[in-house]
Amino acid sequence: MTYIDPHIHMVSRTTDDYQRMAQAGCVAITEPAFWAGFDRSSPQGFYDYFRQLTDTEPKRASLYGIQHHCWLCINPKEAEDVGFAREVISLIPEFMSCPNVLGIGEIGLNKNSKNELTILEEQLALAEQHNQLVLVHTPHLEDKLKGTLLIMDAVANTSISPDRVLIDHVEEHTVSAVLDRGFWAGMTLYPDSKCTPQRAADIIESVGSERIWINSAGDWGPSDPLAVPKCQVEMASRGHTGALIQKISYDNPLEFLSQSGKFKVS
Amino acid sequence: MSNPSQLSKTEVIDRYFLEHRAKLLDIAAFLDRIDRAEGDDGSDFRIDALLECAKQLHSSEIGRTERMLLLLSDSTTEPVDSAGTKGATGAVPPKS
Repeated sequence: MTYIDPHIHMVSRTTDDYQRMAQAGCVAITEPAFWAGFDRSSPQGFYDYFRQLTDTEPKRASLYGIQHHCWLCINPKEAEDVGFAREVISLIPEFMSCPNVLGIGEIGLNKNSKNELTILEEQLALAEQHNQLVLVHTPHLEDKLKGTLLIMDAVANTSISPDRVLIDHVEEHTVSAVLDRGFWAGMTLYPDSKCTPQRAADIIESVGSERIWINSAGDWGPSDPLAVPKCQVEMASRGHTGALIQKISYDNPLEFLSQSGKFKVS
Repeated sequence: MSNPSQLSKTEVIDRYFLEHRAKLLDIAAFLDRIDRAEGDDGSDFRIDALLECAKQLHSSEIGRTERMLLLLSDSTTEPVDSAGTKGATGAVPPKS
C-alpha cells in the first residue's frame, strides 16, 4: 500500500533504505532537522546540514521515486547555548524559499529547561513571522508529559493556529491532550521507546483517526525505516479497512503537509 | 470517534498471548540478572518505578498503559534552570 513517512532522518540512513522504502510503497517523506548524535562545533556546521537537507537528500530520494521534503531549525538538544542557537536561527530564512522546505522543525524541548524554552519561543516567532508550518519534537520518556504541556502553552502564546502544528512522539498519556487542544498528533514507531506498531494501532482504535499520523523517525539509533508499512500490516491483520489504514498513513499526512503549498507526492 | 477493534477477545488472546508471555518472562529474567550481578544491593529508582508500574497489571480497568506512563513521568510543571544532561532515564530520578 502507498504511504508517506512524514518524519524520517535519511541523512542517517543508507541508499538501501531508500530502495526498501520505495519497494514497500513509500512515495514521499519529510525530514526534520535534528541532533546528529553530537553537538556541532559551529553554526557553519548547520549551514552545511541545511544544504544537505535542501539539495543532496532530494536528489538521493528522487533516484527511488520518493519525493523528499524537509524542516529546518536548531533542535532542542543543541538549544541550551542560547547565543549559539540564535546564530543558527539567523541562517534559516535564507533556506525557506527552497522548494522542499515545508516549515520549522523539529523544534521543541528536550530536558524542559528555561533556555530550551527561550529558543523554542524564538523559533515559533520565526514560523509566525514567515507563516510556516511547525513540526514539534516532544521530550523523551519521563520528560515527555511535562514538555508536551509546556510546548502547547508556548504555541498558545502565539498567533499560530494549532491546526498548522504537528506535535510528534505522542503516547497514551499525551495524545488526548494534544488532540483536544486542536493540534495534529504524530506517533513515532520505535522498538524500545515511544510507540510500537501494535500500540499505535491500539491508540488509533481508542482515540480515532482524525488529525493523527504515524512515522518511523528512522535515524542513527534503534529505529526502523519500514515501521510505517509494518504498522499498516498490523492494522490490516486486525481487520481494519484499507480506507482507515490509508487515512493514517497517507491521507492525513497529505492533508496536514499540503498546508505548506509545497508538498508533493510521486 | 474511535475505531473499534475488529477482533474478538479470544482472537486478541490467540494472536498476542505468546508474544506477551515472552515479554513477561524477559522482565523476570532481567530482575534475576540484576540479583545475580555483583554490586550495591540498594534499590534503584528505575527498578522501583518498574515494580510500581507492574501493579497496574493487576488492574481490571482500561488505561493501564497511560497510568504506567504517568507513573514514569515528571509531574512538575515549571521549566528547570538548566538542561544539565541530554539524556533521559525512563523514570523520574529522586531529587538530590
